[in-house]
Amino acid sequence: MTATVDVRGLRFTYPDGHEALLGLDLRVEAGQRVALLGPNGAGKTTLALHLNGINMPDQGVVRIGELTVAEQVLPEIRRRVGLVFQDAHDQLFMPSVAEDVAFGPANLGLRDAELDARVDEALAAVGASELRPRTPHHLSGGERRRVALATVLAMRPDVLVLDEPTSGLDPAGRRELVDVLSTLPMTQLVITHDLPFALELCARSVIIDGGRVVADAATAHLLTDDQLLGRHRLELPYGFDPRIVGPSPAR
Amino acid sequence: MGAGHAHPLYVHGHSRVHRMAPEAKVAAAVTFVAAVAITPRQALWAFGVDAACLAGAIIASGIGPRFVLRRLAVVLPFVAFALFIPFVASGDRVDVFGLSLSREGLWGAWNVLVKATLGASASILLAGTTEIPRLLTGASRLRVPATLTAIASFMVRYLEVIAGELGRMRTAMAARGYAPRWLWQARPIATGAGALFVRSYERGERVHAAMLARGYTGAMPDLGERRASIGEWAVAAALPTIAWLAAVTALTGVLT
Repeated sequence: MTATVDVRGLRFTYPDGHEALLGLDLRVEAGQRVALLGPNGAGKTTLALHLNGINMPDQGVVRIGELTVAEQVLPEIRRRVGLVFQDAHDQLFMPSVAEDVAFGPANLGLRDAELDARVDEALAAVGASELRPRTPHHLSGGERRRVALATVLAMRPDVLVLDEPTSGLDPAGRRELVDVLSTLPMTQLVITHDLPFALELCARSVIIDGGRVVADAATAHLLTDDQLLGRHRLELPYGFDPRIVGPSPAR
Repeated sequence: MGAGHAHPLYVHGHSRVHRMAPEAKVAAAVTFVAAVAITPRQALWAFGVDAACLAGAIIASGIGPRFVLRRLAVVLPFVAFALFIPFVASGDRVDVFGLSLSREGLWGAWNVLVKATLGASASILLAGTTEIPRLLTGASRLRVPATLTAIASFMVRYLEVIAGELGRMRTAMAARGYAPRWLWQARPIATGAGALFVRSYERGERVHAAMLARGYTGAMPDLGERRASIGEWAVAAALPTIAWLAAVTALTGVLT
């Protein structure tokens, strides 16, 4: 149900010559929830694309559980690691919500009643059962985000990777997302610029900058280190002080 | 499937025609139109039979004759063209209300008119009772290559997203005082179209990554929707079969 994520010495250069990752090391234990923080262009999304083999390392290894990401194990890797993309429009490409949620498990070979049950289960997990027959481009931003999450949950992944899940959400949509994510048992890596969101959801945070991990500690500890935040273009919202925020009910 | 927002050509309903499996409907509509197309123009009775059968199917579908008539406006350009033929065609002339018209031209006009109307009505019935995604399912089950149906399905899915981007881009242009009137002011439209193309292309790459991430291996899964039963094929076949019988009877009658 959950798996460890182990990334060692990961280097990756895009075809246009841009060096995105310069020897990145990161280990996340099974069932742990970790926030990946860092400025734009730090390599966070590039790392996410390595975790289920969309990008392949130039150097280094990515291991999900006991399995090393490689060409011949891609179907299993993609079952294990669910990637929720930043723009839900990219994730929802089928004509209806039900078909979109069914796309992943259908690729795993599920059919008919079994497939239907899987779709119901995933939509129920994000509280979106009533959206089943709708067209993705007519959903609200919050609904779209939850359905995008359901498309990945339908594959029953061991690891969930979310790329800026709160961007463009209204406060209620954001809280609903926290509620859903905090109930999910699998290992979670959450890329975000939303520092209060990271604090609420993840006990541990990692700062990535210039293609490397530059800090790795308890979220509350990182967010109170003003110098560290400043060095990596991270800023707390005006008036937000992690020192006086109580413990999160979500963790 | 697909309640709520659907295409303007679709009429929401639960009639027997709506519920029929899409591949049977697509096949029936195509073969019906083919039968109409080969029917000789002099065989007025055959067109009468076709029209009666189609009218029956439209009534059974419950999409309403008014909807069909309104949508039939698409044939108006052909009608305008057809009305023109009797005046310009050569051959012997007949007098109609004091106008000298070509007999051959009149038949030509009738031919265009009746076939366009029947063909368009059949298409309106198909589109009115079948949502676009189901039309595509039907097409792929009729062995239309999967790549083509996948392209059409993505086009349907992203047309509104791209149209939305175009709309926002135009609003942004208008907001900064761009109000083109003359051709030489068209440059921003051209660069805008270029930007839209690049954005759509990049979106295509991201969508492809999202598909790979969920185990896509090059073939869209058939999502197990109910296929047409033999009974359904038989019901769907009734309409084109009658039309073909009429057409063939009329053809052999003309030839002998």
